[in-house]
Amino acid sequence: MPFVLKRLVTSLVVIWVIITATFVLMKLCPGGPFDRERGLPEAVEKNISARYGLDQPPSRQYLRYVGSLLHGDLGPSYHYQGQSVGRLIAEKFPRSAVIGLLSILFSIGVGVPAGVFCSVRQNRWGDRLTMLITIVGVSVPSFILATLLQYVAAVRWKIFNAAGLTNWYDAILPALALSVYSLAFITRLTRSSFLDVLHDEWVRTAYAKGLAPLRVLVCHVLRNAILPVVTYLGPLTAAVLTGSLVVEKIFSIPGLGGFFVTSVFNRDYPLIMGVTIFYSSLLVALNFLVDMVYVWLDPRISYEGAKTA
Amino acid sequence: MKLSPRKGPPEGLEAESQARCLCYRVTSPGRTVVRRLAHNPSAVAGCMLILSLMLFALIGPSLTPHAYDDQDYDHMREPPSRRFWFGTDEVGRDLFVLMAMGARVSLEVGLFASLISLVIGVGYGAISGWFGGRTDQLMMRIVDTLYGIPLVLIVINLMVILGSGLQNVFLALGFVYWLDMARIVRGQVLRLRTYIYVEAARVVGAGWARVLLRHILPNTLGPIIVTLTLTVPNAIFTESFLSYIGLGVSAPNESWGTLASAGSRLEFLRSSPYLALFPAAAISLAMLAFNFVGDGLRDALDPRHVERQR
Repeated sequence: MPFVLKRLVTSLVVIWVIITATFVLMKLCPGGPFDRERGLPEAVEKNISARYGLDQPPSRQYLRYVGSLLHGDLGPSYHYQGQSVGRLIAEKFPRSAVIGLLSILFSIGVGVPAGVFCSVRQNRWGDRLTMLITIVGVSVPSFILATLLQYVAAVRWKIFNAAGLTNWYDAILPALALSVYSLAFITRLTRSSFLDVLHDEWVRTAYAKGLAPLRVLVCHVLRNAILPVVTYLGPLTAAVLTGSLVVEKIFSIPGLGGFFVTSVFNRDYPLIMGVTIFYSSLLVALNFLVDMVYVWLDPRISYEGAKTA
Repeated sequence: MKLSPRKGPPEGLEAESQARCLCYRVTSPGRTVVRRLAHNPSAVAGCMLILSLMLFALIGPSLTPHAYDDQDYDHMREPPSRRFWFGTDEVGRDLFVLMAMGARVSLEVGLFASLISLVIGVGYGAISGWFGGRTDQLMMRIVDTLYGIPLVLIVINLMVILGSGLQNVFLALGFVYWLDMARIVRGQVLRLRTYIYVEAARVVGAGWARVLLRHILPNTLGPIIVTLTLTVPNAIFTESFLSYIGLGVSAPNESWGTLASAGSRLEFLRSSPYLALFPAAAISLAMLAFNFVGDGLRDALDPRHVERQR
């Protein structure tokens, strides 16, 4: 399938562009990474520069960086001495992934049924109420919600731990805080997408031939109306990623999000670059997958025919 | 815009609907939009919220005797009272004044960041749509690429380079949030440039810049305004987000984000939750207001609006 190949190549190019762009950005940063340790003897400074390859011209550094990336090596961290960026990411990411997956599952698992419910009962009070709640959900930032949840559920009611991640139970609050925006968005998306389809004639046919309403919705309408939600999977993951930066900090979860923010303050350039590249690649890969699922879900879409004039 | 096909009010209609019928015939597009907005309760609520927010930002600091850097060491972390309407923070500053200063920051960010994104987005989209072909393909591929990356990561990377500070927040946000605008303007230009009046303008010798600025862009004003209104809450959110994690406005200045961040430390949440509550409510309300108005505008400018309401 040439389309798959084409998309694969584009994805790889995108990742390469991201790598190059972050590298250039980091080189543009004013001041060296070790400026904070002032008053170092010149010899020591030289040694440090040589150790991290900073004494070489930028083009050389770039080639070396890309070369080591091809081996899966994201370089050494400046701040955490003797640790490689790859190791640090591998250590921190699983915790973030658990919370992120939980919140994605939650937003889809609740958002899609809620949207279907709203579309079926369009303009009744249940629909109106849900729509009102969702616009509030879209507007309240995740870090505000995290604080609020922490205050109500952990400080006031004491049914959750306020901070830390010791067992799966602790993942619920942060996952909840992360998912509200996407949950609300998916509900609205599903509703409008279902409304577009529900009035089609083939739906009436399905009802007319005596199928149970639930069967019509799940077997016939869902497959046709779910495409926008599938497309939203990429932005959804991006939103969860973004939220995790601050939500993990609020709940003191030792995951990659909070770690990334700390590394920004440490001016740990290789780590900032590494995490940016890692997250971006994750999203590019996901978007690639979404495109594949798209073609599989809706055979009418063929990318071959859509050659741009 | 909305012309009634009938010449005069048909017989048998009551006076009121006759009047409405007449009204329909004379309304201009701008009036139609305003009228539709006025009939949308959430959009009206949003407008009022935004207005009161502006008022708060403008005259809020002069309502209390406290300056925003006044420190009262006898009243630290005091709950709201008659003297300190929103209470005081951990170094004895009046939260009401701080909140008003925060409102200024948020509104400024919303305004300037969306203006920068407007200039970049409209310029980029218009050029891409006008020239079409290879140029268009390349330019849109770049936009697609940027869409694939979490925008906040780019903003954070930009802030690392630029350093914290309000102006840098404007720049970083403006440089990132033009993507939607570029896409929408490009689509519109692509559609409009085939129209006959555009051809006519070119025939009489108008250059491409003039055609774009004088003839095409005014006709895409609707979508541009909607996108602009929806960029504002995004910018406000991202600023407070950056400030919350410590990358936004810096030390003597405060924004809602830094206030919320300072107030949501766990020990403060236990003893003085209002410190987090006020800024949190302010951020949410501001975003809600702009989202309401943006959604309302989109509905009001949508030509399919009437059929949908049915």
